[in-house]
Amino acid sequence: MLSIQKCNEKTIRMNNRAVNNDAKSSNTDRKTVDNSTTPLLNVHDLSVSFTQYTRGLNQKELKVITNLNVSINHGEILAIVGSSGSGKSLLAHAILGILPANVIISGNMDYKGVSLIPKIQAELRGKEIALIPQSVNFLDPLMKVGKQVRSSVNNGNATKIQRNIFQRYNLEDKVDHMYPFQLSGGMTRRILVSTAIANEAQLIIADEPTPGLDTGIVNETIRTFRELADKGCGIMLITHDIETALKIADRIAVFYAGTTVEIAPVEDFSGNGNNLRHPYSKALWKALPHNDFRPIMGHQPPPNRLPKGCLFAPRCDKATVECHDILPKASSLRGGMVRCIHAS
Amino acid sequence: MRIKRISTFIMNKSIRMATLLIAVCFISFVLISASPIDPVQSYVGADMTRVGSEQREKIAEHWGLDKSPAEQFINWGSSLIRGDLGTSMIFRRPVIEVIKTRFISSLALMGTAWLLSGVIGFLLGNVAAMKQGTWIDKLIKGYCLTLASTPTFWIGLFLLIVFAVWLGWFPIGLGVPAGVLSQDVTLIEHIKHLILPAITLSLVGVSNVALHTRQKLLEVLSSDYILFARARGEKGFQLFWRHGLRNVALPAITLQFTSFSELFGGAVLAEQVFSYPGLGQITVQAGLRGDVPLLLGIVIFSAIFVFIGNLIADAIYYFVDPRTRGGRAI
Repeated sequence: MLSIQKCNEKTIRMNNRAVNNDAKSSNTDRKTVDNSTTPLLNVHDLSVSFTQYTRGLNQKELKVITNLNVSINHGEILAIVGSSGSGKSLLAHAILGILPANVIISGNMDYKGVSLIPKIQAELRGKEIALIPQSVNFLDPLMKVGKQVRSSVNNGNATKIQRNIFQRYNLEDKVDHMYPFQLSGGMTRRILVSTAIANEAQLIIADEPTPGLDTGIVNETIRTFRELADKGCGIMLITHDIETALKIADRIAVFYAGTTVEIAPVEDFSGNGNNLRHPYSKALWKALPHNDFRPIMGHQPPPNRLPKGCLFAPRCDKATVECHDILPKASSLRGGMVRCIHAS
Repeated sequence: MRIKRISTFIMNKSIRMATLLIAVCFISFVLISASPIDPVQSYVGADMTRVGSEQREKIAEHWGLDKSPAEQFINWGSSLIRGDLGTSMIFRRPVIEVIKTRFISSLALMGTAWLLSGVIGFLLGNVAAMKQGTWIDKLIKGYCLTLASTPTFWIGLFLLIVFAVWLGWFPIGLGVPAGVLSQDVTLIEHIKHLILPAITLSLVGVSNVALHTRQKLLEVLSSDYILFARARGEKGFQLFWRHGLRNVALPAITLQFTSFSELFGGAVLAEQVFSYPGLGQITVQAGLRGDVPLLLGIVIFSAIFVFIGNLIADAIYYFVDPRTRGGRAI
């Protein structure tokens, strides 16, 4: 469908334009970006907070993502695993720059070495960065799905490209003329994925792509993602389903209360979890049915009641006095990242 | 399949209309019989002193007023079915004829107001929602809220004072110039008399339509599919044209057809203020002067009128919206 070379040519063109637009950016010295060393996406110390009116005119900041670090390389699938309410979808929306207006973002996000300021985000979304959303609700209920996929095509004959993609996913001609409410779960999934493929996007952010689907469709989706990654795309897979993440991802970032507590190669999730670095990842691993099936005590803190120190400290059995005082910095450890002062 | 669907739809709606009309007839009949209007007295009018009690009894007997209310209802109902609505006491002409001529002149007024308020309101509502929170939005919202809380007759009087009395741009009231034979009245004169009442009716309608459209589009804009469209790089007018308009048009059109009742109510007030010879004006006269046959006729007619508006709205949803077109229950 799409040759990597073409991808890259487009990318460099895009980069130059982006850099020209952003002459003041500190990234100008990295104009000639080498795709092999610079990560496709690098998120550094990202914090996202909402301003909320509490009582009367008093405003309150609600921090939903705290000092988050994550990076994706070309051809890599990074899974972001965390329970619901940990701020995963917001991360996706922050990268695309489609958060609502009452949101304050701090920290850096670099796409191919270019800082993702709103103007550049607006240029890249739907072209280089694509979102694969969760459910059929993300399709316009009154527009035929064929047309919706065609509107994602940036280059070439839209009808031909759309038809080709549909054919590859075994979507018959008549599906073109269907409305979203007429689709089955599996068809919806394939169509949502089609929109990203029609984009010819380099970075694909898939937000919970496999909820409540049967194993067949889950495996099919996984295969599609692997194919895309093998073509050089970077894929960020956001999910609460650690099993799916293990099947597909190269690296797994464990998300807790709005931050990544650990990023580990998928191989580390094995045995009794001793290779894992953070107590929360270990506990998560042990909670799986085919391991110890032992639940973690307590609850993830809501954004308005985040602890002062390590976010996991109140539930951690290894927590010491220091843990309750300061948020641990992200540090590299055995080819991964961890945010725990006791990790070894 | 399609024919079957259409015929079921028509069947269902006809049954509904029949039951509605029976209920409307019955309730209005009960209300009229309970009212203090003495039909004989309102028939005779000012000549009451010259009519003896014997003659009055004869009139009552002639009209069947000596019979029980149930019999009266059946009598009235059976002639109604035959299409005979009786004779208007004010105009001394068949009710059906009076309604017909009055409705035609009202139609021009209501139609203009309906179109104007629909188009302008829809545009304003969309602009306000797309520019939510900006000064344009605040301006439109402020205008709409002010007008929505202003009585129709007050706006009518206001326009009349400014444009007819002070500026003298338009005639003060009536549907045609006074003292001119009806065949000599030109179209321009008809239009001149129509403008102020039509603007009055539209002004009030605009605020309703605009506020509803704004609300609906805001709902659409906060939906997941708009978020996804934005994630795919769509924005501004393109986003509105592709996804906003598509999803807001159907509810707006539907609302427009269901607003027939408000239109009729507004026309009653506006026509009264401008002495415009429409259906609204004779409704007031029929009520005040106790013209029972005419009043009942108007009640039935307006019920049908509003029902048709709702029927069109339903039909649009049923046959145009792909989600119901697929064949779900009405």
